[in-house]
Amino acid sequence: MAAYLLRRLGQTLLILIGISLVTFILLYILPADPARQIAGRSATPETVANIRAQLGLDQPFLVQYWRYATGLLHGDFGRSYLQKTEVAELIASRLPATLLLMAGAIVSELVIGLTMGMVAAVQRGSKLDQGLMVLSFVGVSTPQFVIGILLLYVFAVLLGWFPIGGYGTFRHLVLPSLTLGLLGAGWYARMMRSAMLDVLRQDYIRTARAKGLARWQVILGHALPNAVLPIIAMIGIDIGIFMSGIVVVESVYGWPGIGQLAWQAIQRIDIPIIMGVTLISACAIVLGNLIADLVAPLIDPRIKLR
Amino acid sequence: MTLAAAPESGAAPVAAAPRAGRVLRELMRRKLAMFGFAIIVLVVLAAIFAPFIVPHEPTEQLFDGLTLEGAPLPPNAQFWFGTDLLGRDLFSRLVYGARTSLIIGVVANGIAVVIGALVGITAGFFQGIVGSVLMRFTDLMMAFPALLLAIVLAALFHPSLWIVALVIAMVNWVQVARVIYTETRSLAEREFVEAEWALGAGKARILFRHVLPHLVSTIVVWATLGIATTVLLEATLSFLGIGVQPPTPSWGNIIYENQTYFTSAPWLVFIPGVAIILLALAFNLVGDALRDILDPTQKGRH
Repeated sequence: MAAYLLRRLGQTLLILIGISLVTFILLYILPADPARQIAGRSATPETVANIRAQLGLDQPFLVQYWRYATGLLHGDFGRSYLQKTEVAELIASRLPATLLLMAGAIVSELVIGLTMGMVAAVQRGSKLDQGLMVLSFVGVSTPQFVIGILLLYVFAVLLGWFPIGGYGTFRHLVLPSLTLGLLGAGWYARMMRSAMLDVLRQDYIRTARAKGLARWQVILGHALPNAVLPIIAMIGIDIGIFMSGIVVVESVYGWPGIGQLAWQAIQRIDIPIIMGVTLISACAIVLGNLIADLVAPLIDPRIKLR
Repeated sequence: MTLAAAPESGAAPVAAAPRAGRVLRELMRRKLAMFGFAIIVLVVLAAIFAPFIVPHEPTEQLFDGLTLEGAPLPPNAQFWFGTDLLGRDLFSRLVYGARTSLIIGVVANGIAVVIGALVGITAGFFQGIVGSVLMRFTDLMMAFPALLLAIVLAALFHPSLWIVALVIAMVNWVQVARVIYTETRSLAEREFVEAEWALGAGKARILFRHVLPHLVSTIVVWATLGIATTVLLEATLSFLGIGVQPPTPSWGNIIYENQTYFTSAPWLVFIPGVAIILLALAFNLVGDALRDILDPTQKGRH
C-alpha cells in the first residue's frame, strides 16, 4: 500500500511537471502577445519591448520555464500581468466559491442520478423506466450553457424563486449546482440502474425476500447500499468533468470562482493566471483519480491495487 | 493506469466486426435508435440542401425582420422561428448552422478517432519505448481539464471553422486512444493471436488480419458517440464567443449573439438550444445502440 501510494504520488508529480511544460509551450508558441495586450493599441513598439523585457518574455524559452518551475517549487505561481496580484492569492481567494459550487453539484447529481437509476431499475421494463432512461440521455446531451440559461429563465426570471446570479446565500447556490450537476446525473442514473439490476439478481436478495422482508425493505436495506458504494467511489473522477464545466457555469451565473478567473485571464492573455488555474485543475483531477482508485478496493475487495 | 478502467480490459468484444447489413437491421428494431437515426438523416439533408430549403439568406438583415421599435420578431407564419436581434430569419440561420455542426462533428471527431486509434494501436500492439512514451503522454493529456485546454487554444488562435475542428480534435483523441489501447492490449494477449505468433505469422499479418478487424466495432461506436461530444464542445466554444465566428451561423454562436436578450426573446436561445440537444441526443442514442449490438459482452446487461 505504502509503495503503491509512493509510486502513484511520483507519477502524479511527473504528470504535473508534464502539464506545466505542455501548457507553457502552448502559451509560448501561440500567436498572442501579452506585452502588446498590456501596452494597449496605441503603444509604441518601444513601450511594448519594455514591457516584454520587464516580464522576462524576451528571454529564451528554457530560461523562462526554469524561472517559472523553480518559482513553483517555492509555491510561487508568479504575478498576474494585469492585476499585479500574486496568482496564488487570486486563486486562493476564488477557490472557496468553486469548491462550494462543486459540493453543490455533487449533491445534486447524486440525489437526482441515484434516485432516477434506482426507480428505473426497480420498475425495470416499464414506461417509467424507459422515460427515465431517455431523460438521462437528454441530460448527457444537453450543453451546460443551455441548461444554465433554461434554469435561469424558468426559475429566476419567470418564477422568481431564485436570484438571477451572484453569490452569497444558499439560494444563490441552487441553480448553478443543478446546472453543473445535471450532466453527471445522467451518467449516474445509467450506472445506478445497471448496478442495481446486477445486485437485484443476486442470491442474497432472493434470500432476503424469502425470509419475509417487504420489497421496499429489501431494496432500500439490502440492494441500495451494495449498488451505491461502487458508484460513490466514482465521484473522484467527476472532478475532471467539473473542472471543465465551471468555466461555463460560472460565466452564466456570474459565480466568483476560478472558472471565471480563468475565463477572464484567457481573454486578456494573462498567462500566469492561465498557467496557475490549469495546474490547480490538473492537480485536482489527478488527486480525484487517485482517491477514486484508493477507495475502489475498500469497497470491492476483488479490485486490487497494482 | 487507473483501476477504474481495469475491469474493461477483460471485456473486449470477441466476435469480429459483424456485417453492416445485420447491424442496420438490428438498429431498425430499436425505437430510440431509429428516432436518433431519423434526426441525423434530417439534419444531414437540411445541411446538404440548405440553399433550397431556406426562405431567406442566413446573413441577410431583413427589411421587415424587426418591429418598429427594433425588437426581434417572435415565431410567426412568415418567420417560423422568429427573427434575431439583427432582423435575420432564425430558421434560415438554423438550417445553415446545421452545416457548421455537422462539418465540425464529422471532421473534428474523424481526426480525433484517427489520432486516438493510431496512438492506441501503436502503444497497445507494438508497445516498446514508443508505446510507453505515447501512453504516458495520453495519461498526461487525461489530466488536462479538457474544456480549459480547448478554450485556451481557441481563444489564442483566431478561430475559423477548421481551427475550431482542429482544437476539438486535439482535445478529444485522448479518450479514444485510451480505449483502443486497452482493447489492443487484451487482443494481443488472446490465444488466437498467440497461436498466430507461434505459427510464425508476421507482425503485419497479425495486425491487419486479426487485430484491426476486432477493433472496428469499438472504432465505429466511438466515432458515433464522439460526434455527440464534439457537437456539444463546438456549441460551448461558440457560446463563449471563441468558436465559429459570426456571421457564419453556428447553433452555439446564435445563442452567444442573442443571450443578453433572452428574457425578452427567449426563442433566440431555446430554439437553437433544442437543435443542439436533439443532434447530440441522436448521436448518443445511435452510438449507444451500436455499442449494444456490436459488443456481445455488453449484451443482456440492460
